[in-house]
Amino acid sequence: MRKIAKEKLGALLAAVGRDKPLYIPALDASGQARFTRWHEGLEMARALNTVRSAKDFFFPQTENLVDFKVKGKQIEIIDPRSEQEDFVLFGVRACDARSFEILDKVFLADPVDTYYQSRREHGTVVTLACTQPEETCFCSAFGIDAAAPEGDAQVWMDEEYLYLSARTQKGDKFLESVRALAEDGGEDAVQRQQEETRRVMAKTPLAGLNLEGFDGEHLNPLFDSEKWAELSQACLGCGTCTFVCPTCQCYDIRDFDTGDGVRRFRCWDSCMYSDFTKMAHGNPRLTQVERFRQRFMHKLVYFPANNDGQYGCVGCGRCLSKCPISMNIVKVAKELSKEVR
Amino acid sequence: MQEVMLEKAKELLQSGAVDRVLGWKAGEFAYDITPCVFASAQELEAGFVYNDFCGNNLSKYLIKESRKGGKVLAFLKPCDTYSFNQLIKEHRIVRENVLVVGVPCQGMTDGETLKAKGVKGILGIKTEGEDFVINTLYGDRTMAKKDALPERCLSCKSKKHVVYDELLGQEGDKLDSGRFDLVNKLEAMDPEERFAFWRGELSRCIRCNACRNVCPACSCEKCVFDNDASGVAQKAAADSFEENMFHIIRAFHVAGRCTDCGECSRVCPQNIPLHLLNRKFIKDINTLYGDYQAGEDTVSRAPLTNFTEGDAEPSIVTKGGKKA
Amino acid sequence: MQDVKTFRPKIVAFCCNWCSYAGADLAGTNRLNYPADVKIIRVPCSCRVNPMFILRAFQRGADGVILCGCHPGDCHYSTGNYYARRRMTLLFSMLDYLGIEKERTRVEWVSAAEGAKFAATMNEFVETVRQLGPNKRLEDLRCKK
Repeated sequence: MRKIAKEKLGALLAAVGRDKPLYIPALDASGQARFTRWHEGLEMARALNTVRSAKDFFFPQTENLVDFKVKGKQIEIIDPRSEQEDFVLFGVRACDARSFEILDKVFLADPVDTYYQSRREHGTVVTLACTQPEETCFCSAFGIDAAAPEGDAQVWMDEEYLYLSARTQKGDKFLESVRALAEDGGEDAVQRQQEETRRVMAKTPLAGLNLEGFDGEHLNPLFDSEKWAELSQACLGCGTCTFVCPTCQCYDIRDFDTGDGVRRFRCWDSCMYSDFTKMAHGNPRLTQVERFRQRFMHKLVYFPANNDGQYGCVGCGRCLSKCPISMNIVKVAKELSKEVR
Repeated sequence: MQEVMLEKAKELLQSGAVDRVLGWKAGEFAYDITPCVFASAQELEAGFVYNDFCGNNLSKYLIKESRKGGKVLAFLKPCDTYSFNQLIKEHRIVRENVLVVGVPCQGMTDGETLKAKGVKGILGIKTEGEDFVINTLYGDRTMAKKDALPERCLSCKSKKHVVYDELLGQEGDKLDSGRFDLVNKLEAMDPEERFAFWRGELSRCIRCNACRNVCPACSCEKCVFDNDASGVAQKAAADSFEENMFHIIRAFHVAGRCTDCGECSRVCPQNIPLHLLNRKFIKDINTLYGDYQAGEDTVSRAPLTNFTEGDAEPSIVTKGGKKA
Repeated sequence: MQDVKTFRPKIVAFCCNWCSYAGADLAGTNRLNYPADVKIIRVPCSCRVNPMFILRAFQRGADGVILCGCHPGDCHYSTGNYYARRRMTLLFSMLDYLGIEKERTRVEWVSAAEGAKFAATMNEFVETVRQLGPNKRLEDLRCKK
């Protein structure tokens, strides 16, 4: 373990950000934290989490897949990708760090999504351990330790020092780039902080969220539950929960007519939308009850059934704080658990 | 107030005067309240709530609820009643299927607003006089209620119910709380500054459509932005133009119909002050075509479905000139 | 940025079928000059133009958009232009509020007898927009050639 005095945080960011794009959580004009490209003088936000998750950097909201240009009777096909450069994400929380594992299962499974893959290969994820969880946090329900986040390199921060440790080769490279600023030590301080964080985490109201019974075995009783109508009653059908979610991975591919060709782009889609998975024959989910059910069944039942029990949720709590009507995965899980226990 | 409302609801359900009750339901925490339709006294007992966190405008739900048959009791706050009237005027709510009970409102806050003030790890919120006593994972904290209000409530236009069948509590008054102050401030900027301001705000839009879906004025069966054949159906704003277009057109489609309830800004996950677009239209309409408050009544003609021969010419914007 | 001297703005003119389109015709038959940069789109009435048309014209590369209709009181459908007048006033005001140059949009009433007014209006509008330079604030980068 290495440690760096906290007043050298600016120097650390500069050492990394000078050579390649570095993104850190910073406050925006509305006072919320978001990952922002580092520049000299940009201050790191102390907020627990960013409004949008870190998935944007690997799976952006819109991305250009291919361009078609029409010239006379010729159609030129253009790959719009330029060479992906290395970049660093600094200050990713444990929940978001785990979300990459979930996204990997989707995008890196055969057939591999090369757009996503290239970003994953070139991105270094430096995580930051949490110290002050919110009441909306429930990462512990998914076996995530907020005090020991995953990622390529981990950082713990207290009032005096940043403590750094690498977990992968990319993490080693990151530590190497800030070697001049660092000294050895800090295991004890980190351990103390971890114990304190875990103590607070255990006191959070959602810490005991029990997901027993949410698995492929109980697919039918869960799917057929009468609770869905009641739970989805107030749902507005907006895409807020989906778009702030670190693990939502559904997308649509659309064509934009540029006047002299077509730009084929991919953009996030939301199962809450009326045209989600709309096909030639129409839409398989006609009402909001079905769309609402799809979101939660996917995260709590279908995904674990297909991925060795791993849930499609990391408990970051963003949907809990952002839903316009305050309906969320925790309320759904608590209500539906009555069907399977 | 909550007890009075609960008693009223149970009484009306029991007497058969109504079949369902539209209100608010308590959640996991002190602040995460969900709109809910209750069908029985037991359901009401189990979850009915009315406190300082019931910000949702319930009138939009009445479009669907009033068409289900049977009679529904709706508890409406003053702002909700303006939306209710507007929806009656547009024939979207079946009036005879709704029993409106007006309830007082002293401004509604939410978890996000408290957190923006630096409150972390909220475990419980109690009201003591004019203060919130907030119990958190990191100790107790006291905050004056008025300091916890979002902008839309600080610049509230009216605490008066414009429609009700029964009223609980004290009726309030129309207020002059400077709701156009921020619009004036923006108008006073030079165009470059204004452009930079709105670009900064609208560039954060993630096209979640929460503003549209929560809006009681956005009551189209199918929105033009969801219609594949419109040529503008988008699931994401792939270009800054689309961010501008969506918000300009949305504000325009509700111009003269927006009651200024402020739900759009409340629900925006990116904190974009969308109500400032609507308020610009309201202010322009008031200045150019005479004072008009959408939802105040159910009979007057809306400013955009009306005209006078002497209306101002569009050149009033480009060149200035006299107002009608 | 293109030189102001060589910049030729693209102008979309929505003209109502009954007055302004006939006015444009008259300008033509009288051999009055107006810049070829003006592309006319004929609409049944000025009130057929929805705010989205204006925005879409900018998206697709217009540098200025002008709406021409019958003089108030002379609408073929009696009242269409009165509604258009209110809509466009509010729309232009909103564009200005967003910091988009207000000089890029205009409404003019041109009757079937006013060929000269049509030509003069177009000459003046094209010159105004030419001075402003290319539309940047309401452009869609994907539509750039």
